[in-house]
Amino acid sequence: MPQETAHKNKSIFTPFNVITGIIILGGLIITVLRFTGGLGAVTNLDDNNPWGVWIGFDLLVGVALAAGGYVTSAACYIFGLKRYHSAVRPAILTAFLGYALVVMALHYDVGRPWRLPYPIFLSPGTTSLLYEVALCVFLYLTVLFIEYSPAALEWLGVKRVRNLVVRLTLVLTIFGVILSTLHQSSLGALFMIAPSKLHPLWYSSYLPVFFFVSSIFAGLSMVILEGALAHRFLHDKMDETHLKESKAVALGFGKAASFVMMGYVAIKLIGIAIDNNWHYLATGWGLWFLLELLGFVALPAFIYAVAAREQNLRLVRWSSIIAVLGVVLNRLNISLIAFNWHLPSADRYFPSWMEVAISVFVVTVGIVAYRFICTRMPILYEHPDYQQH
Amino acid sequence: MDTVFHTLHDFLLHSKNITYILVGGILVGMLLFWLFLSGRDEKKRTF
Repeated sequence: MPQETAHKNKSIFTPFNVITGIIILGGLIITVLRFTGGLGAVTNLDDNNPWGVWIGFDLLVGVALAAGGYVTSAACYIFGLKRYHSAVRPAILTAFLGYALVVMALHYDVGRPWRLPYPIFLSPGTTSLLYEVALCVFLYLTVLFIEYSPAALEWLGVKRVRNLVVRLTLVLTIFGVILSTLHQSSLGALFMIAPSKLHPLWYSSYLPVFFFVSSIFAGLSMVILEGALAHRFLHDKMDETHLKESKAVALGFGKAASFVMMGYVAIKLIGIAIDNNWHYLATGWGLWFLLELLGFVALPAFIYAVAAREQNLRLVRWSSIIAVLGVVLNRLNISLIAFNWHLPSADRYFPSWMEVAISVFVVTVGIVAYRFICTRMPILYEHPDYQQH
Repeated sequence: MDTVFHTLHDFLLHSKNITYILVGGILVGMLLFWLFLSGRDEKKRTF
Protein backbone atom coordinates (compact mmCIF):
# COMPACT_ATOMS: atom_id res chain seq x y z
CA MET A 1 0.00 0.00 0.00
CA PRO A 2 1.30 3.45 -0.75
CA GLN A 3 1.89 5.57 2.24
CA GLU A 4 -0.04 8.82 2.41
CA THR A 5 2.23 11.67 1.44
CA ALA A 6 3.04 13.78 4.46
CA HIS A 7 4.30 16.76 2.54
CA LYS A 8 1.06 18.54 1.75
CA ASN A 9 2.31 21.78 3.29
CA LYS A 10 5.66 21.63 1.51
CA SER A 11 6.64 24.49 -0.82
CA ILE A 12 6.19 23.84 -4.52
CA PHE A 13 9.71 25.25 -5.12
CA THR A 14 11.51 21.94 -4.66
CA PRO A 15 14.78 21.43 -6.59
CA PHE A 16 12.96 19.01 -8.93
CA ASN A 17 10.16 21.48 -9.67
CA VAL A 18 12.54 24.43 -10.16
CA ILE A 19 14.87 22.58 -12.57
CA THR A 20 12.07 20.98 -14.60
CA GLY A 21 10.17 24.29 -14.56
CA ILE A 22 13.13 26.17 -16.08
CA ILE A 23 13.66 23.47 -18.74
CA ILE A 24 9.96 23.42 -19.67
CA LEU A 25 9.78 27.23 -19.82
CA GLY A 26 12.86 27.33 -22.09
CA GLY A 27 11.36 24.55 -24.23
CA LEU A 28 8.10 26.46 -24.64
CA ILE A 29 9.97 29.59 -25.79
CA ILE A 30 11.90 27.57 -28.41
CA THR A 31 8.62 25.89 -29.41
CA VAL A 32 7.20 29.33 -30.25
CA LEU A 33 10.35 30.14 -32.28
CA ARG A 34 10.12 26.79 -34.12
CA PHE A 35 6.46 27.18 -35.10
CA THR A 36 6.68 30.87 -36.01
CA GLY A 37 10.12 30.95 -37.69
CA GLY A 38 10.18 27.43 -39.20
CA LEU A 39 12.85 24.72 -39.02
CA GLY A 40 15.60 27.06 -40.25
CA ALA A 41 15.14 29.38 -37.27
CA VAL A 42 16.11 26.80 -34.67
CA THR A 43 17.93 23.90 -36.38
CA ASN A 44 21.17 23.22 -38.27
CA LEU A 45 19.37 20.90 -40.70
CA ASP A 46 20.10 21.21 -44.43
CA ASP A 47 19.70 19.24 -47.66
CA ASN A 48 22.64 16.96 -46.78
CA ASN A 49 21.29 16.37 -43.29
CA PRO A 50 17.50 16.54 -43.30
CA TRP A 51 17.29 14.28 -40.25
CA GLY A 52 18.98 15.58 -37.14
CA VAL A 53 18.97 14.96 -33.43
CA TRP A 54 15.16 15.09 -33.24
CA ILE A 55 15.03 11.94 -35.37
CA GLY A 56 18.28 10.34 -34.13
CA PHE A 57 17.60 10.83 -30.44
CA ASP A 58 13.93 11.65 -29.85
CA LEU A 59 12.54 9.15 -32.34
CA LEU A 60 15.05 6.31 -32.80
CA VAL A 61 16.29 6.23 -29.20
CA GLY A 62 12.79 6.94 -27.87
CA VAL A 63 11.24 4.01 -29.74
CA ALA A 64 14.08 1.62 -28.81
CA LEU A 65 13.96 2.47 -25.11
CA ALA A 66 10.16 2.23 -25.08
CA ALA A 67 10.45 -1.44 -26.10
CA GLY A 68 10.16 -2.45 -22.45
CA GLY A 69 6.38 -2.32 -22.87
CA TYR A 70 6.05 -5.13 -25.38
CA VAL A 71 8.93 -7.16 -23.93
CA THR A 72 7.53 -7.15 -20.39
CA SER A 73 3.91 -7.77 -21.33
CA ALA A 74 4.97 -10.58 -23.69
CA ALA A 75 7.08 -12.16 -20.92
CA CYS A 76 4.18 -11.99 -18.47
CA TYR A 77 1.10 -12.71 -20.57
CA ILE A 78 2.40 -14.73 -23.55
CA PHE A 79 5.29 -16.67 -21.98
CA GLY A 80 3.40 -16.96 -18.67
CA LEU A 81 6.19 -15.57 -16.48
CA LYS A 82 3.74 -14.24 -13.89
CA ARG A 83 6.54 -13.49 -11.43
CA TYR A 84 7.23 -10.39 -13.54
CA HIS A 85 3.64 -9.12 -13.29
CA SER A 86 4.54 -6.19 -11.06
CA ALA A 87 6.88 -4.85 -13.77
CA VAL A 88 4.16 -4.72 -16.45
CA ARG A 89 2.37 -1.50 -15.49
CA PRO A 90 5.52 0.64 -15.03
CA ALA A 91 6.87 -0.75 -18.32
CA ILE A 92 3.61 -0.08 -20.19
CA LEU A 93 3.49 3.45 -18.77
CA THR A 94 7.10 4.13 -19.84
CA ALA A 95 6.32 2.78 -23.31
CA PHE A 96 3.13 4.81 -23.61
CA LEU A 97 4.85 8.03 -22.54
CA GLY A 98 7.86 7.19 -24.73
CA TYR A 99 5.74 6.77 -27.86
CA ALA A 100 3.58 9.80 -27.03
CA LEU A 101 6.75 11.89 -26.78
CA VAL A 102 8.08 10.41 -30.04
CA VAL A 103 4.94 11.69 -31.75
CA MET A 104 5.25 15.02 -29.97
CA ALA A 105 8.90 15.37 -31.09
CA LEU A 106 7.88 14.45 -34.63
CA HIS A 107 5.67 17.55 -34.71
CA TYR A 108 8.81 19.66 -34.27
CA ASP A 109 10.77 17.80 -36.94
CA VAL A 110 8.21 17.51 -39.72
CA GLY A 111 7.99 20.62 -41.89
CA ARG A 112 4.19 20.67 -41.95
CA PRO A 113 3.12 18.75 -38.83
CA TRP A 114 -0.57 19.36 -39.41
CA ARG A 115 -0.22 16.90 -42.32
CA LEU A 116 0.95 14.03 -40.08
CA PRO A 117 -2.45 12.26 -40.29
CA TYR A 118 -2.36 12.40 -44.14
CA PRO A 119 -0.47 9.12 -44.73
CA ILE A 120 -2.85 7.28 -42.41
CA PHE A 121 -6.19 8.66 -43.54
CA LEU A 122 -5.79 10.39 -46.92
CA SER A 123 -2.90 9.13 -49.02
CA PRO A 124 -1.39 5.87 -47.75
CA GLY A 125 1.91 5.08 -49.45
CA THR A 126 1.64 1.33 -49.07
CA THR A 127 5.01 0.63 -50.68
CA SER A 128 6.88 2.95 -48.32
CA LEU A 129 8.74 1.81 -45.20
CA LEU A 130 8.12 5.19 -43.63
CA TYR A 131 4.39 4.62 -44.13
CA GLU A 132 4.66 1.29 -42.34
CA VAL A 133 6.54 2.91 -39.46
CA ALA A 134 3.94 5.70 -39.25
CA LEU A 135 1.03 3.26 -39.29
CA CYS A 136 2.62 0.98 -36.69
CA VAL A 137 3.52 3.85 -34.36
CA PHE A 138 -0.01 5.26 -34.71
CA LEU A 139 -1.60 1.87 -33.97
CA TYR A 140 0.84 0.91 -31.23
CA LEU A 141 0.37 4.24 -29.44
CA THR A 142 -3.37 3.50 -29.47
CA VAL A 143 -2.74 -0.03 -28.14
CA LEU A 144 -0.45 1.33 -25.41
CA PHE A 145 -3.06 3.89 -24.42
CA ILE A 146 -5.66 1.13 -23.99
CA GLU A 147 -3.14 -1.08 -22.15
CA TYR A 148 -2.30 1.78 -19.78
CA SER A 149 -5.92 2.90 -19.28
CA PRO A 150 -6.89 0.41 -16.48
CA ALA A 151 -4.57 2.31 -14.12
CA ALA A 152 -6.27 5.61 -14.95
CA LEU A 153 -9.73 4.03 -14.79
CA GLU A 154 -8.99 2.50 -11.37
CA TRP A 155 -7.86 5.95 -10.20
CA LEU A 156 -11.06 7.50 -11.56
CA GLY A 157 -13.18 4.67 -10.11
CA VAL A 158 -14.75 3.65 -13.44
CA LYS A 159 -15.08 -0.04 -12.64
CA ARG A 160 -17.11 -1.41 -15.57
CA VAL A 161 -15.00 0.05 -18.34
CA ARG A 162 -11.83 -0.94 -16.47
CA ASN A 163 -13.00 -4.57 -16.21
CA LEU A 164 -13.83 -4.59 -19.92
CA VAL A 165 -10.36 -3.29 -20.86
CA VAL A 166 -8.63 -5.81 -18.57
CA ARG A 167 -10.38 -8.62 -20.48
CA LEU A 168 -8.61 -7.40 -23.63
CA THR A 169 -5.12 -7.75 -22.09
CA LEU A 170 -3.98 -10.81 -24.06
CA VAL A 171 -5.28 -9.50 -27.41
CA LEU A 172 -3.61 -6.14 -26.79
CA THR A 173 -0.34 -7.84 -25.86
CA ILE A 174 -0.37 -9.85 -29.09
CA PHE A 175 -1.10 -6.67 -31.09
CA GLY A 176 1.71 -4.92 -29.24
CA VAL A 177 4.25 -7.63 -30.06
CA ILE A 178 3.24 -7.75 -33.74
CA LEU A 179 3.29 -3.97 -34.19
CA SER A 180 6.60 -3.60 -32.31
CA THR A 181 8.27 -6.36 -34.35
CA LEU A 182 7.16 -4.57 -37.49
CA HIS A 183 8.20 -1.01 -36.74
CA GLN A 184 11.29 -1.63 -34.59
CA SER A 185 12.80 -3.50 -37.53
CA SER A 186 11.46 -1.07 -40.13
CA LEU A 187 13.22 1.83 -38.41
CA GLY A 188 16.47 0.02 -39.18
CA ALA A 189 15.31 -0.82 -42.69
CA LEU A 190 14.82 2.92 -43.35
CA PHE A 191 18.60 3.33 -43.47
CA MET A 192 19.00 0.63 -46.11
CA ILE A 193 18.07 3.27 -48.65
CA ALA A 194 21.40 5.01 -48.04
CA PRO A 195 24.21 2.47 -48.61
CA SER A 196 26.54 5.18 -49.89
CA LYS A 197 25.91 7.51 -46.94
CA LEU A 198 26.11 5.19 -43.94
CA HIS A 199 29.55 3.85 -43.01
CA PRO A 200 29.95 0.20 -44.14
CA LEU A 201 30.54 -1.00 -40.58
CA TRP A 202 27.05 0.17 -39.61
CA TYR A 203 25.35 -0.40 -42.96
CA SER A 204 24.12 -3.93 -43.49
CA SER A 205 21.28 -5.69 -45.21
CA TYR A 206 20.59 -7.09 -41.73
CA LEU A 207 19.87 -3.62 -40.26
CA PRO A 208 16.20 -4.50 -39.58
CA VAL A 209 17.31 -7.57 -37.61
CA PHE A 210 19.90 -5.52 -35.69
CA PHE A 211 17.30 -2.90 -34.76
CA PHE A 212 14.74 -5.47 -33.65
CA VAL A 213 17.14 -7.57 -31.57
CA SER A 214 18.70 -4.48 -29.97
CA SER A 215 15.21 -3.21 -29.09
CA ILE A 216 14.65 -6.36 -27.00
CA PHE A 217 17.65 -5.79 -24.74
CA ALA A 218 17.05 -2.02 -24.81
CA GLY A 219 13.57 -2.67 -23.40
CA LEU A 220 14.83 -5.17 -20.81
CA SER A 221 17.61 -2.81 -19.69
CA MET A 222 15.24 0.13 -19.54
CA VAL A 223 12.83 -1.81 -17.28
CA ILE A 224 15.75 -2.63 -14.93
CA LEU A 225 16.96 1.00 -14.91
CA GLU A 226 13.48 2.39 -14.45
CA GLY A 227 12.86 -0.07 -11.59
CA ALA A 228 16.06 1.13 -9.91
CA LEU A 229 15.05 4.78 -10.30
CA ALA A 230 11.52 4.08 -9.00
CA HIS A 231 13.07 2.27 -6.03
CA ARG A 232 15.24 5.29 -5.32
CA PHE A 233 12.79 8.15 -5.88
CA LEU A 234 9.28 6.65 -5.60
CA HIS A 235 9.96 4.09 -2.90
CA ASP A 236 6.99 5.27 -0.82
CA LYS A 237 4.62 4.63 -3.73
CA MET A 238 5.58 0.94 -4.04
CA ASP A 239 3.61 -1.75 -2.25
CA GLU A 240 5.06 -4.86 -0.66
CA THR A 241 4.57 -7.03 -3.76
CA HIS A 242 6.43 -4.57 -5.97
CA LEU A 243 9.26 -4.18 -3.47
CA LYS A 244 9.53 -7.95 -3.04
CA GLU A 245 9.43 -8.74 -6.76
CA SER A 246 11.75 -5.95 -7.91
CA LYS A 247 14.91 -7.99 -7.26
CA ALA A 248 13.63 -11.03 -9.16
CA VAL A 249 12.54 -8.76 -12.05
CA ALA A 250 15.97 -7.08 -12.28
CA LEU A 251 17.94 -10.34 -12.06
CA GLY A 252 15.63 -12.23 -14.44
CA PHE A 253 15.61 -9.43 -17.00
CA GLY A 254 19.37 -9.00 -16.63
CA LYS A 255 19.90 -12.67 -17.41
CA ALA A 256 17.63 -12.47 -20.46
CA ALA A 257 19.29 -9.25 -21.65
CA SER A 258 22.73 -10.83 -21.26
CA PHE A 259 21.92 -13.73 -23.60
CA VAL A 260 20.16 -11.51 -26.17
CA MET A 261 23.09 -9.05 -26.14
CA MET A 262 25.62 -11.80 -26.79
CA GLY A 263 23.39 -12.96 -29.66
CA TYR A 264 23.39 -9.39 -30.94
CA VAL A 265 27.20 -9.23 -30.86
CA ALA A 266 27.22 -12.50 -32.80
CA ILE A 267 24.88 -11.30 -35.56
CA LYS A 268 26.80 -8.01 -35.83
CA LEU A 269 29.96 -10.07 -36.48
CA ILE A 270 28.06 -12.10 -39.09
CA GLY A 271 27.06 -8.77 -40.69
CA ILE A 272 30.72 -7.77 -40.98
CA ALA A 273 31.73 -11.19 -42.28
CA ILE A 274 29.09 -11.47 -44.99
CA ASP A 275 30.05 -8.05 -46.41
CA ASN A 276 33.76 -8.73 -45.83
CA ASN A 277 34.21 -5.43 -43.98
CA TRP A 278 36.96 -6.65 -41.62
CA HIS A 279 39.54 -4.20 -42.97
CA TYR A 280 37.50 -1.23 -41.75
CA LEU A 281 38.03 -2.36 -38.16
CA ALA A 282 41.66 -1.19 -38.35
CA THR A 283 40.59 2.42 -39.03
CA GLY A 284 39.43 5.17 -36.65
CA TRP A 285 35.82 4.37 -37.53
CA GLY A 286 36.59 0.73 -36.73
CA LEU A 287 37.78 1.63 -33.23
CA TRP A 288 34.60 3.68 -32.68
CA PHE A 289 32.55 0.70 -33.92
CA LEU A 290 34.41 -1.69 -31.60
CA LEU A 291 33.90 0.70 -28.68
CA GLU A 292 30.15 0.59 -29.34
CA LEU A 293 30.02 -3.18 -29.84
CA LEU A 294 32.47 -4.36 -27.18
CA GLY A 295 32.32 -1.52 -24.65
CA PHE A 296 28.59 -0.90 -24.70
CA VAL A 297 27.14 -4.30 -25.66
CA ALA A 298 29.57 -7.18 -24.93
CA LEU A 299 30.80 -5.63 -21.65
CA PRO A 300 27.35 -5.02 -20.11
CA ALA A 301 26.27 -8.47 -21.37
CA PHE A 302 29.17 -10.02 -19.46
CA ILE A 303 28.43 -7.89 -16.36
CA TYR A 304 24.77 -8.93 -16.52
CA ALA A 305 25.87 -12.58 -16.69
CA VAL A 306 28.18 -12.25 -13.68
CA ALA A 307 25.46 -10.36 -11.78
CA ALA A 308 22.87 -13.05 -12.61
CA ARG A 309 25.25 -15.76 -11.37
CA GLU A 310 26.12 -13.87 -8.19
CA GLN A 311 22.53 -12.61 -7.66
CA ASN A 312 24.06 -9.13 -7.44
CA LEU A 313 21.31 -6.53 -7.82
CA ARG A 314 23.66 -3.55 -7.71
CA LEU A 315 25.74 -4.93 -10.58
CA VAL A 316 22.64 -5.56 -12.71
CA ARG A 317 21.51 -1.96 -12.23
CA TRP A 318 24.92 -0.51 -13.13
CA SER A 319 25.07 -2.73 -16.18
CA SER A 320 21.64 -1.51 -17.30
CA ILE A 321 23.01 2.06 -17.44
CA ILE A 322 25.84 0.98 -19.76
CA ALA A 323 23.43 -1.05 -21.91
CA VAL A 324 20.98 1.85 -22.26
CA LEU A 325 23.86 4.20 -23.17
CA GLY A 326 24.98 1.61 -25.74
CA VAL A 327 21.59 1.65 -27.44
CA VAL A 328 21.63 5.47 -27.46
CA LEU A 329 25.12 5.42 -28.99
CA ASN A 330 24.11 2.85 -31.61
CA ARG A 331 21.09 4.84 -32.79
CA LEU A 332 23.08 8.10 -32.85
CA ASN A 333 25.90 6.38 -34.76
CA ILE A 334 23.55 5.11 -37.44
CA SER A 335 21.46 8.25 -37.84
CA LEU A 336 24.05 11.00 -37.25
CA ILE A 337 27.67 10.12 -36.46
CA ALA A 338 28.44 7.46 -39.08
CA PHE A 339 25.90 8.96 -41.49
CA ASN A 340 27.39 11.12 -44.26
CA TRP A 341 30.78 9.99 -42.93
CA HIS A 342 32.49 10.72 -46.23
CA LEU A 343 31.49 14.41 -46.28
CA PRO A 344 34.08 17.07 -45.36
CA SER A 345 33.69 18.22 -41.76
CA ALA A 346 32.32 21.61 -42.90
CA ASP A 347 29.32 19.82 -44.42
CA ARG A 348 28.73 17.52 -41.47
CA TYR A 349 25.73 18.06 -39.22
CA PHE A 350 26.03 19.18 -35.64
CA PRO A 351 22.84 20.05 -33.77
CA SER A 352 22.17 23.64 -32.73
CA TRP A 353 21.79 24.29 -29.00
CA MET A 354 18.06 24.83 -29.55
CA GLU A 355 17.65 21.37 -31.09
CA VAL A 356 19.38 19.84 -28.07
CA ALA A 357 17.26 22.01 -25.74
CA ILE A 358 14.06 20.72 -27.36
CA SER A 359 15.27 17.12 -26.90
CA VAL A 360 15.99 17.84 -23.21
CA PHE A 361 12.56 19.49 -22.98
CA VAL A 362 10.85 16.40 -24.43
CA VAL A 363 12.65 14.05 -22.00
CA THR A 364 11.79 16.38 -19.09
CA VAL A 365 8.10 16.40 -20.05
CA GLY A 366 8.26 12.58 -19.98
CA ILE A 367 9.84 12.50 -16.51
CA VAL A 368 7.31 15.00 -15.13
CA ALA A 369 4.38 13.05 -16.66
CA TYR A 370 5.75 9.73 -15.30
CA ARG A 371 6.13 11.20 -11.82
CA PHE A 372 2.69 12.83 -11.97
CA ILE A 373 1.03 9.53 -12.93
CA CYS A 374 3.02 7.33 -10.51
CA THR A 375 2.23 9.57 -7.54
CA ARG A 376 -1.49 9.42 -8.28
CA MET A 377 -2.39 6.21 -10.09
CA PRO A 378 -1.86 2.55 -9.17
CA ILE A 379 1.29 1.94 -11.21
CA LEU A 380 3.76 0.86 -8.52
CA TYR A 381 1.12 -0.65 -6.26
CA GLU A 382 -2.09 -2.62 -6.67
CA HIS A 383 -5.29 -0.71 -6.09
CA PRO A 384 -6.95 -2.25 -2.99
CA ASP A 385 -10.28 -2.62 -4.85
CA TYR A 386 -8.70 -4.56 -7.72
CA GLN A 387 -6.28 -7.03 -6.12
CA GLN A 388 -5.29 -9.96 -8.38
CA HIS A 389 -5.84 -8.12 -11.65
CA MET B 1 42.01 -9.36 -45.21
CA ASP B 2 42.91 -7.22 -48.26
CA THR B 3 42.19 -10.05 -50.66
CA VAL B 4 41.69 -8.96 -54.28
CA PHE B 5 38.52 -10.33 -55.84
CA HIS B 6 38.17 -10.54 -59.59
CA THR B 7 34.64 -11.90 -59.72
CA LEU B 8 31.49 -11.80 -57.59
CA HIS B 9 31.88 -15.56 -57.24
CA ASP B 10 35.34 -15.09 -55.70
CA PHE B 11 33.96 -12.54 -53.27
CA LEU B 12 30.97 -14.65 -52.18
CA LEU B 13 33.09 -17.76 -51.88
CA HIS B 14 35.49 -15.94 -49.59
CA SER B 15 32.96 -14.08 -47.43
CA LYS B 16 30.61 -17.06 -47.10
CA ASN B 17 33.48 -19.36 -46.12
CA ILE B 18 34.45 -16.98 -43.33
CA THR B 19 30.80 -16.55 -42.30
CA TYR B 20 30.12 -20.31 -42.08
CA ILE B 21 33.21 -20.83 -39.91
CA LEU B 22 32.14 -17.87 -37.76
CA VAL B 23 28.59 -19.22 -37.36
CA GLY B 24 29.96 -22.58 -36.23
CA GLY B 25 32.07 -20.80 -33.61
CA ILE B 26 29.07 -18.72 -32.53
CA LEU B 27 26.88 -21.79 -32.04
CA VAL B 28 29.47 -23.36 -29.75
CA GLY B 29 30.19 -19.99 -28.06
CA MET B 30 26.53 -19.27 -27.33
CA LEU B 31 26.10 -22.73 -25.83
CA LEU B 32 29.09 -22.21 -23.56
CA PHE B 33 27.85 -18.73 -22.63
CA TRP B 34 24.45 -20.17 -21.70
CA LEU B 35 26.15 -22.73 -19.46
CA PHE B 36 28.11 -19.91 -17.81
CA LEU B 37 24.97 -17.77 -17.45
CA SER B 38 22.83 -20.46 -15.87
CA GLY B 39 25.65 -22.33 -14.12
CA ARG B 40 24.53 -21.42 -10.64
CA ASP B 41 20.76 -21.65 -11.19
CA GLU B 42 18.86 -24.00 -8.94
CA LYS B 43 18.61 -27.30 -10.71
CA LYS B 44 15.04 -28.35 -11.46
CA ARG B 45 14.25 -32.02 -10.97
CA THR B 46 12.97 -33.44 -14.21
CA PHE B 47 12.33 -36.95 -12.99
